[in-house]
Amino acid sequence: MINETRPEQFETHSPVTRFLSRIHLDSLLLAGLLLLSLLSLLILYSTSGQHIDTLLRQTTRIAIAFSAMLFIAQIHPNHIKRYAINLYLIGIALLLAVLFFGEIGKGAQRWLDLGFFRFQPSEMIKITTPIAIAWYFSEHSIPPRWKEFFIASLLVAIPTILIAKQPDLGTAILIASSGAAVFFFAGISWRIIFSSGSALIALLPVLWHFMHDYQRARVLTFLNPESDPLGKGYHIIQSKIAIGSGGLYGKGWLASTQAKLDFLPERSTDFIFAVFAEEFGLWGCLCLLFLYLLITLRSLYIAVEAQDTFSRILAGSLSFTFFVYVFVNIGMVIGLLPVVGVPLPLISYGGTSMVTLLIGFGILMSIHTHKSLLPH
Amino acid sequence: MPQHFALQNIYSENRLFLSRIVVIFSLILLLLTALIARLVYLQISGHEYYSTQANNNRIKVATLPPTRGIIYDRYGKILAENIPAYSLELTPELTPNIDETLTRLKRLLNLTEERVNQFKQQLPRHRSFDSIPLLMKMDDATVARFAVIQHEYPGVDIHARLIRHYPYGKIGAHLVGYVGRINETELKALSATDYKGTHTLGKTGIEKTYESELHGTPGHAEIETNAQLRPIKTLKSEASIAGKDLHLSVDIELQRIASHAFQNHSGAVVAIEITTGDILTMLSQPGFDPNPFSSGISTTAYNALQHSDQKPLFDRALRGQYPPGSTLKPFIGLAGLQFGLTQINTTLFCPGYYQLPNVSHRYRDWKTWGHGLVTLNDAIVQSCDVYFYDLARTLGIDRIHQFLGQFGFGQKTGIDLIGEKSGTLPSRAWKRQHKKLPWYPGETLITGIGQGFMQTTPLQLAVASATLANQGTLVKPHLLKQDTRLNSDPANPKTDLNPAYIRDIINSMINVVHTPKGTAYKLSKNIAFKIAGKTGTAQVFTIKQKEKYDAKKLTSKLLDHALFIAFAPAKSPKIAVAVIVENGGHGGTTAAPIAKKIITEYLNKNAAL
Repeated sequence: MINETRPEQFETHSPVTRFLSRIHLDSLLLAGLLLLSLLSLLILYSTSGQHIDTLLRQTTRIAIAFSAMLFIAQIHPNHIKRYAINLYLIGIALLLAVLFFGEIGKGAQRWLDLGFFRFQPSEMIKITTPIAIAWYFSEHSIPPRWKEFFIASLLVAIPTILIAKQPDLGTAILIASSGAAVFFFAGISWRIIFSSGSALIALLPVLWHFMHDYQRARVLTFLNPESDPLGKGYHIIQSKIAIGSGGLYGKGWLASTQAKLDFLPERSTDFIFAVFAEEFGLWGCLCLLFLYLLITLRSLYIAVEAQDTFSRILAGSLSFTFFVYVFVNIGMVIGLLPVVGVPLPLISYGGTSMVTLLIGFGILMSIHTHKSLLPH
Repeated sequence: MPQHFALQNIYSENRLFLSRIVVIFSLILLLLTALIARLVYLQISGHEYYSTQANNNRIKVATLPPTRGIIYDRYGKILAENIPAYSLELTPELTPNIDETLTRLKRLLNLTEERVNQFKQQLPRHRSFDSIPLLMKMDDATVARFAVIQHEYPGVDIHARLIRHYPYGKIGAHLVGYVGRINETELKALSATDYKGTHTLGKTGIEKTYESELHGTPGHAEIETNAQLRPIKTLKSEASIAGKDLHLSVDIELQRIASHAFQNHSGAVVAIEITTGDILTMLSQPGFDPNPFSSGISTTAYNALQHSDQKPLFDRALRGQYPPGSTLKPFIGLAGLQFGLTQINTTLFCPGYYQLPNVSHRYRDWKTWGHGLVTLNDAIVQSCDVYFYDLARTLGIDRIHQFLGQFGFGQKTGIDLIGEKSGTLPSRAWKRQHKKLPWYPGETLITGIGQGFMQTTPLQLAVASATLANQGTLVKPHLLKQDTRLNSDPANPKTDLNPAYIRDIINSMINVVHTPKGTAYKLSKNIAFKIAGKTGTAQVFTIKQKEKYDAKKLTSKLLDHALFIAFAPAKSPKIAVAVIVENGGHGGTTAAPIAKKIITEYLNKNAAL
């Protein structure tokens, strides 16, 4: 057989890159992610009213999240694949535990108090679900047929429904879409895509029926935010004012009025993009979008380069899901999508989602740096 | 073969995966394009719109109301000033349920239904972030009581505002006037920008006449506020310009002395400085306290003033129209001299009545048994009616009308005070127009003694006296102290009156006070200078609502109004005074002493001049 070693070892790379790949990190991805984290600190300094404590807390979270990424990157993809179904089942079990014993925060049951720290199982599900489906497809013939499609659909539907019941519509949609991405990268036929897609659209009225009142209100507000300027539409109106008033070049760092004067709600978390747009303008937004695009493209490149079916499907799904997070958050903040509680990846204040995202990138890096002989 | 199959499988799987990557990549580009398109729409096309919105969010324009000008008297005594007072104010935008809040406040502070309704009517003309006063003046106890429970009333605050204060109260009430809450009709006529943030307006007197000078120009402040409407900083501010301070010609101490001299009588007094036209005193009795008006007078209190028998709100000095009675006689006498119909020593026998040829009606003299043989001088000194019946008949109404006109009778004096009445100087044309009747000869007779249709305001009477003292040059009265002297005023041309005749009449008027037969002889006691005067009594009460007044006071109805006009020092007159004491009986008894007090005080004060 072809005795092929890792291509990187033969290419000319800087010592830093060589060192990084030895500890299973991808230099380009790492640079992009660190740049995003720095941007996060920059904006949070502004949104927190130049509060150093906030920055210290966020820095701690960034450190924890990057450590988690470094740790996951050391695990060989084969190990991840081996424990895929177990991880998935643990995740489901924790979700059920939340349903019965979970803590209530902001009107929804999302948290599980483990005594020493609080934990959001839905975050774990974001990773374990695509892993499980990728594992399932890789164990069967590619492309999947109707039978595999149904079984995999079930694997996606169970956590999605459980999370939607918490209720956390945003996360449920993200998990469903990460599942869909796995299906797509697994090469599911267009016939299945179109027929299941139309079935889903037909099911929308039924979904509406099962929605909570506040979720329906969000959708209705999205369709016409001006109908209730001080109530449900307030978020989106103030957000649009912030972004629009930023103009081409923005008002400058620390000079946002919408955020500083409390007009913009959730300005450090879900609506942080509006502050970014207000302070740095369209140019700033284009740069940020370009950075997100670069990270997504590098991740897709890792998927293309991946050596086995499981890794490639999983890497593709993680890459696309990352972009979907970005799109859903920005789309919501600029009024293209309904208001669903999704943070802006790596920029929004908060630790849990950052850890999840970086675990995803850890897996990507692991896939990229654990290449070995072709399995023939 | 299986190996080949595996390779083939891997090859096709790779191709499938790559094609999916291409599809996803295209999708990502598509979604990115959507985001960018939306951002361009918001930040480029919508930039101006959203910038305005952002500024509307954060910048509130506050009006800084100007401080109203202060009103001083002749000697710098303050007649109207601004003092800080606590007001209770409500900001609609910060009040969750205005109706409910008002109901609770009404109970808490014993507000009247009427006050609450008034407030509700005001609401729509204010912007929602304006602070609107509910109570203009709170006493310390109420402030303390409310401060404790203020947190239960979001949007309701205690503010310190300036309110108008009149230190002399009722002494200057009619003259200075008062400010009160702007009502709906006034609001329509006012400039919205000038009165934004101002809640009161001059309603009467100087406060109303000089409203535009006193008000000033409001300033503006652009205030950056946060979402909770808490002010963060002032971005721009343009200070308000205070209203002009006014210095009046009035001597408030003189006015106070006049007020005391009236005791409990109703009436009016006007004193003019002859050389300047300065109004020294202009008092209407009884007065009223103008201070409650500036803090929002209650309907009950207002109705009490409005419906009082004594009509305290009525400015008798400016608007009261009385028959001049015998005070007109010097002017009729002067007319007789000027037209050559009589001399100062020309005699006439007074039998106590006068009859027109071929008419049986007897026009009575006040002295039933008559004055006997009298000269024009005697007729003025003793106030003989018959002499003037005869003189009036020979003059005729046309000449009387024409002659009296040059003393300002029957026309507004043009004083700088809104609401002046013109009185009545009757003529044939006037009677035809107003009564639709021809002029009867008998009416000429009673006009000669200041009765009948003839009506004057106390101000007109004072101006006529001053004009006589001023050698017939019409004195133009004014309340604002001016440096310009009357003599240099081209609007007052010299008259063609013979100075010798004027001297004759003035001498007779001196005799009224300083000879034993004079009707005001009592004044001559303890006096260091000479006064020229003329007493009068008016038999008809001509203030409207007269009937009601008379019906209620049958006894005082029998009493005449007492009048007195005077100027002094007689040889070079400085001050002219007209006094009317309603139901005061004889002019020499009640009205003249008031005039004497004012004249004495004025001359003592100005002895150095």
